This record gives sequence, structure tokens and C-alpha cells, in this order.
Amino acid sequence: MSDLLAARAQMAMSLGFHIIFAVLGIGMPLLMVLSERQWLRTRDPVWLDLTKRWSKGTAILFAVGAVSGTVLSFELGLLWPAFMAYAGAIIGMPFSLEGFAFFTEAIFLGIYLYGWTKLSARAHWWAGVAVAVSGTISGIFVVFANAWMNAPTGFRLVDGKPVDIDPIAAMLNPAAFSQSLHMTLAAFATTGIAVAGIHAWMLRRDASSAFHRAALKVALMVAVPASLLQVVSGDLSAKFLATWQPVKLAAMEGHFETARGASLVIGGIPDEDAGVTRYAITVPRMLSVLAFGDPDAEVRGLNAFPRAEWPPVAITHGAFQVMVGLGSLMALASLWVIVCWVRKREVARNRPLLTFLALLTPAGFIAVEAGWVVTEVGRQPWIIHGFMRTADAVTPMPGLVIPFTIFTGLYLFLGVIVAWLLWAQIIRVRPA
Amino acid sequence: MDAPILALVVAGLIMLAVNAYVVLGGADFGAGVWDLLARGPRAAAQRAAIAEGIGPIWEANHVWVIFVVVLLFSCFPPVFAHLSVVLHIPLTLMLVGIVLRGSAFTFRAYDATDSPVQRQWGRIFAVSSTITPVLLGMCVGALVSGALAVPADADFTTRFVTPWWSAFTLTIGGLGLAVFAFLAAVYLTVEVRDQRLAEDFRAMALWAALAVGGFAALGLWFGRETLTATTQALLTNPAAIALQLVTGAAAVTAIGALVARRYRLARTAAVIQVSGIVWGWGLAQFPAMIPGVHTIASAAAPTATLRVVLIGVAGGMVVLLPSLRYLFTIFKAEPARAFERVDTAEHEPPR
Ligand code: HDD
Ligand code: HEM
Ligand code: HEM
Repeated sequence: MSDLLAARAQMAMSLGFHIIFAVLGIGMPLLMVLSERQWLRTRDPVWLDLTKRWSKGTAILFAVGAVSGTVLSFELGLLWPAFMAYAGAIIGMPFSLEGFAFFTEAIFLGIYLYGWTKLSARAHWWAGVAVAVSGTISGIFVVFANAWMNAPTGFRLVDGKPVDIDPIAAMLNPAAFSQSLHMTLAAFATTGIAVAGIHAWMLRRDASSAFHRAALKVALMVAVPASLLQVVSGDLSAKFLATWQPVKLAAMEGHFETARGASLVIGGIPDEDAGVTRYAITVPRMLSVLAFGDPDAEVRGLNAFPRAEWPPVAITHGAFQVMVGLGSLMALASLWVIVCWVRKREVARNRPLLTFLALLTPAGFIAVEAGWVVTEVGRQPWIIHGFMRTADAVTPMPGLVIPFTIFTGLYLFLGVIVAWLLWAQIIRVRPA
Repeated sequence: MDAPILALVVAGLIMLAVNAYVVLGGADFGAGVWDLLARGPRAAAQRAAIAEGIGPIWEANHVWVIFVVVLLFSCFPPVFAHLSVVLHIPLTLMLVGIVLRGSAFTFRAYDATDSPVQRQWGRIFAVSSTITPVLLGMCVGALVSGALAVPADADFTTRFVTPWWSAFTLTIGGLGLAVFAFLAAVYLTVEVRDQRLAEDFRAMALWAALAVGGFAALGLWFGRETLTATTQALLTNPAAIALQLVTGAAAVTAIGALVARRYRLARTAAVIQVSGIVWGWGLAQFPAMIPGVHTIASAAAPTATLRVVLIGVAGGMVVLLPSLRYLFTIFKAEPARAFERVDTAEHEPPR
């Protein structure tokens, strides 16, 4: 494995690990706060039980999220020192603000978890709100920084050096809005669907459990709107790409020839050498509609760009299909839930729907990972789109396969332990 | 010395954040050291007191290091890049320690099986708490001794190993460990209610104070050649002399107060003493950020960046400081009850 490859693999692995905890770190506090609010309103002990159980799980997830995030902030330098020397001053702003968001989150999480008996009920609830809000904000700020890598703005290049730096303009880059909206919705949709899925599974065995019904209700309150909005926001992201990163869009869609009224390519296997995507379903004109809102718009294909600037097409296209496929299923499940609600039928007694939800438990996580593969792999060969190549950013340190192996082993170990703890200590234990 | 004033302010803020990390986060590591060394009839109670003491606050204390990293790469990007390259190996090992410490501590608290597995978590927590500060101290030792000025074309060992692997850096690693352990023991004397436990932690604090002195002397010895420029500065600069007087007086006070069992006074003095050591390090290499490579002026980001980051920090502090105060008044206002609870469910997770 070359050092560049090892560095990319280590970055991808660390981020792919961290994002799972980040997603839950954004989503779970909202669920806890909603459930605790029901407890304060109704004084029905089921809600208290639920809140406490969820907060136990969140404590474990948060600790692993915090340490894996710390690893990431060092890795930016350990693996990509040239990138940080170039970009640090430009994207420092969102990272600094994110630092404060983390701080607030960690402080109020400590208060929330350990303060049940030390605070008034209201103050405790508000501490939970502070965790939920600051968690969401920290996610938004990190994504701002990542968005800049896709749409670098806020500086000029003179003799290969960035000058006239405007950190605010860099932070509010053209990708910032669509990307952070999409990520935040993804966090809520993923957490909501995953939690709903687990409790749906339990309800299939015992539809009368008040505990699982309560949990399912709160989880769906979050999952349903987020999953539906996610589709709209994904369309917004695609429209951003159409203007700013047309190569990425072309790779995602497996779209080789520039065309007016371009067709949408669903599934299939892109063949880079032949320049076609085989075995795919095509929907005429749909790509032009999705990219520009106009059935006759011209969409540039990969052939319009030099081969050296193509990202790995098959990976990008495949990952995109996975994300959109799972997103559609999640949206479908949400529509089904709405139909139940409108007809005043109980979701908890609808066995086919419960089964569907249970099967979707991991869907959000897979979609999130796939979405990030689209974004990051689709940006290759650039680390800063159009400005710096990934190969030029990597550290001169040799032997990077060693830290890659160490961290992979460490994270595998932690992943197994966390899954076991959540299962054995929280999910499996029968509710009172 | 002609660094723009904004760069000086940010450098000062970074030192403040380092200082906060050392006196807050450092003590959490130190507590892990005492978890490892807990002995005798009250070992379980000592461990319980440690767990209760750091449970609610370690994650907040930990964020200071992230804050340092973020300020460093936003405002002094070449410094961050250089440190990450030359110190790749010790920093990576330190990260492994940070990951293991944080997760093992939490797993122990939430693993209610109370089994041998749980004890294993305690062990991992304690061992990683002990190793991580040594690595941190070694990085600081490498930095302050000027060893990081290595040419980019040097061979592997010269560039990536020798700078941080020497008798001097190891001693500073030991000093870091001793300082963290000292702080933790002193804080714990205040936090426990039980007299016998307080006595235990008092003894630990005194041993650690001895180790701090020993490592400091050893460090001066091993560093006698490389540090000459530094020591010159420390012996001639009036600010540095004043700082050393304060640090020395605080050290004497801390030990005297421990002997006299005046624990609150000891805590205040220990914080002043350790902060004095941190700022002494800062002054010793001022205005260099990496001696021989970068000064504050040469590494600073453009003014536009420094300005918005400072505005951001000022705004952030308005949220941060009251929140931190709230956290500490909730959990540190009254002594811990660990000893009374140890027979039932030690390390009891929040319900
Ligand atoms: C629950 C997870 C999830 C779901 C259901 C979807 N996405 Fe997504 N998507 C993400 C989670 C995600 C993500 C992981 O959060 C990404 C990676 C970067 C980002 O900002 O969001 C992403 C990126 C991403 C991008 C790339 C943006 C860029 O590179 O700047 C596009 C075009 C879409 N998505 C489009 C969609 C569409 C049309 C969906 C329709 C169903 C969809 N996504 C569902
Ligand atoms: C899009 C990707 C990311 C999102 C949405 C995200 C979001 C979050 C969230 C919500 C948390 C707090 C919750 C938890 O710890 O479980 C967190 C923790 C953290 N993240 Fe990430 N993150 C992302 C990527 C990154 C990257 C690239 C870095 C490093 C540069 C990073 C650094 C950190 C750090 C240092 C923490 C710990 C903060 C603490 O101690 O509270 N994250 N992240
Ligand atoms: C947390 C969700 C994220 C995931 C799962 C993710 C995934 C990935 C993947 C798969 C790669 C490897 C791409 C390749 O080399 O082919 C990568 C690279 C990288 N990502 Fe992300 N990413 C995430 C968010 C971020 C964020 C928020 C940042 C920075 C603020 C970031 C910075 C980088 C950098 C610096 C690289 C290495 C250079 C490169 O390959 O372009 N990523 N990430």
C-alpha cells in the first residue's frame, strides 16, 4: 500500500467511524429532550424510564464520538500537513466556532447525565436542550469546513499562495448551505429511523409494551419529517453540484456524453474505458430536470473533462445509487407512517410496517457513509477542488500503513464493544 | 519581537488554553495514575472517589486540547503542519492513549455487569492515563529544547525519531506525569469527605511533589547544553524572574499547606505553581513558536484571519465561561460522597 493510499484509507476510516457517533450525537439528544418533555407533562414513568435509558446509551456514544473526533483534528495535520498549512488560515473560522459548540455540548452533557438529582426538573430539561442545540451546531460548522473543500472561496491565489483571505466568505461558501442542511437532516433521519427500527422490532414480539410504543412514537416524530425533507434537500445538493462540481455530478450519475435533455441513469455499471454505463435503467430527460429544473438543459458529461480529473467513476456512481436507494426506502416508510396516522391506525399494531421499519434500522448509517463517499471520492483527485491535489497534501512521513493498521484495529475493537454494551446493557434489559 | 499585536494576543490565548488543559484535563489524567497505583484497604474507595471526581467533567476538560489544536492550525498553520510532521509518532501514540482512556473510562462506568471485564476497563483506563502524559511531556520537551529544527532531507531517524527521543525529552515526559499526578492528588484531598481518604490523597500529593522536584532537577541537568539560550533568558528577563519567584513561592506554599492539612490553600497554590511552570515554558521560548523554525511573527496567519478568530473567541467565551462556571458549581461545590457508597455500587452510572 503506498503512503498516499494509506493516508487516504486512514482518513476515510477515521471519518467513517466518527460520523456514526456524530450522527447519533446530533440525533439522540433531540429524542431524549422530546421524551423528557413528555415525562414533565404527563408524569407517566414510562417516559422517565425511556429518557434515562436513552441517555445512558448517549453517554457511551458521546465518549467515543469525542475521542474519535479528537483523533480527527490531529489527523488533519498528521496526514495532510500541506493541506493544513495552506487551508488552516482560510477555514479556521468554522473550526474555531465548532470548538465552542463542542465545549458547550460537553459541558451540558456532563450536567445532563450526572445532574438528575442536582438540578430542578426544568433546569435539567434545559440542559438537554443545550446539548441538542450545540450538537447540531457543531455538526453544521464542521460541514461548513468540508464544504469549502468542495467550493473553495474567500481567497485569491498569487504565485501559488493564498492571499486576500476572507474567512467569513470562506465559511459561507456556496456549498455550505446545501451540504450542512443535508447532513443535519441526515443525522435526524438516521437516528430516528434506527431507533424506530429497534423498537419496532421489539413491538413485533409484544405490541402492548407501553415502553416501546412510547419510544416508537418519539422516534417517528423525528424520522418522518427528516426523511421526507431529505429527498428535497438532496435535490438541492445535486443542483449545487451541477454548477460547481460538474465532474462529480457526471461521475455520480455515470453520465459520459454531454447532452441536452440528458437521461437519468439508475443503477448499472460504469465502464470508464468504453465510456458507457451498462445494464442501467434510463429515464429520459430526468437528469436535466434534476440538475437544472429544465428538461432541455445541457448537462456536461465526463468526456467534457480531461481524464486526469475524473474521480473513480464506479465507486462514486455506486455509492450514489446506494444512498438514493436507501433514501427512497426511508421516505417510503415515512409516507406509510403518515398514512397510518391520517387514518388513525396504530403503527404499533401494523406488523408489515413494523417489519419494514425494523429492516431499515441500519439504512440511514449506510446512506450516510455512502453519501460521504460520493462527496469525498467524487472530489478526487482534488483535496481542495481545483486548487490542491490530494497527492500534494500528504505528509512526508513514511510507513503510514502502520498507523492505519493501528487505528483500524482500535476502532474495530471499540465498535464491537460499543455495540455489545448498547445491546447488553440497554436494549436487552427488560423495561420496568 | 515585532510580531503583530493580534498574533501575540492569539499566542497568549493558546498558552491560556494550554494552561487550562494542564490544570483541568491534566488532573483527570493524573487521577488515572492514582487509579493505577491505588493500594491497601481503601483502594476501592480511592478508585470510586476518582471516578466520581472526574465523571461529569472530563469531557469538558478534554475540549481544551481540541481548542489548542484548532487555534494553532487556524492562526499559526505552518507551526501545526511542522509539529504534525516531526512529532508524527509520539502524537499518534498519544492519540491512541486518549482514545483508550476516554472510552475505557466510560465503558467501565456503564458496564453494569461488575465483572472481571469491568476491572479490565479500569486497568486500560489507568494505564493509558499514565502513558499519555509522558508522551505529551516528551513532545513539549522536544519543542522547548530546539530539537524540532530538522531539515526536510534528513534521514528517517534524524527527522522523525531523534527530535523527541532523548534523555531530556523522557525526563520532561516524567515531569509531565508527575505534575498531573500531583494536581490530581491535591484536588482529591479537597473533594473527598472521608478523613482517611483525604490522608491517602495527601500522602500521594506529597510523593508526587517530590517527583516533580526530582524530574525538574533532572531536566535541568540533561538539558544543560541545549537549554543554555533558554536558561539565559530565564535568568535575565525580569518578567521571567518574577514568574519563577511566584512559582517557587507557590510550590513551597502548596507543600506547606499539604503538610498542615489545609487542603483548599494547597489546591490554590498548586494551580498557581503548575500554571507558573506552563508560562515559564512559554516565556523560555518566546518569541519562538518552534525554536529554530518559526517565531510568532513568521508563522502567524494573515490579520484578517486573526481578527475574525479573535472575534469568534470573544463571542464564544460569552457562552463558554458561564457554562463552565455552572458545571463546576454543580459538581464541585460539595465534597464527593464516594466513600459512603463504595459498598453498594461504585462508579454508579447516572441513573
Ligand atoms: C440519511 C442519509 C442520507 C439520505 C437518505 C440521502 N443522503 Fe445524500 N448525503 C448524505 C446523506 C443522505 C450525507 C452523508 O450526509 C452527505 C455527504 C455530504 C453531505 O453533505 O451529505 C450526502 C451527500 C449528497 C450529495 C453530494 C453533495 C456534495 O458532494 O456536495 C448529493 C447530490 C446527495 N446527497 C443527494 C441525495 C439525494 C438526491 C437523496 C435522495 C433520496 C439523498 N441524498 C438521500
Ligand atoms: C461531517 C462530518 C462531521 C460531523 C457531522 C461531526 C459532528 C460532530 C458532533 C455532533 C460531535 C459531538 C457529538 C459526539 O461526540 O458524539 C462531534 C465530536 C467531535 N468531532 Fe466531529 N463531526 C464531523 C467530522 C469531524 C471532523 C472532520 C473533525 C476534525 C477535524 C471532527 C472533530 C470532532 C471533535 C474534536 C469532537 C469531540 C468534541 C467533544 O469533545 O465534545 N469532527 N462531531
Ligand atoms: C464525517 C463524515 C465524512 C466521511 C465519512 C468522509 C469520508 C471520506 C473519504 C471516503 C475519504 C477518502 C476519499 C479518497 O481518498 O478517495 C475522505 C477524505 C478526506 N476527507 Fe472526508 N469525509 C467526511 C467528512 C469530512 C470533513 C468534515 C472534513 C474536513 C473538514 C473531511 C476532510 C477530508 C480530508 C482532508 C480527506 C483526505 C483528502 C482527500 O482524500 O481528499 N472529510 N473522507
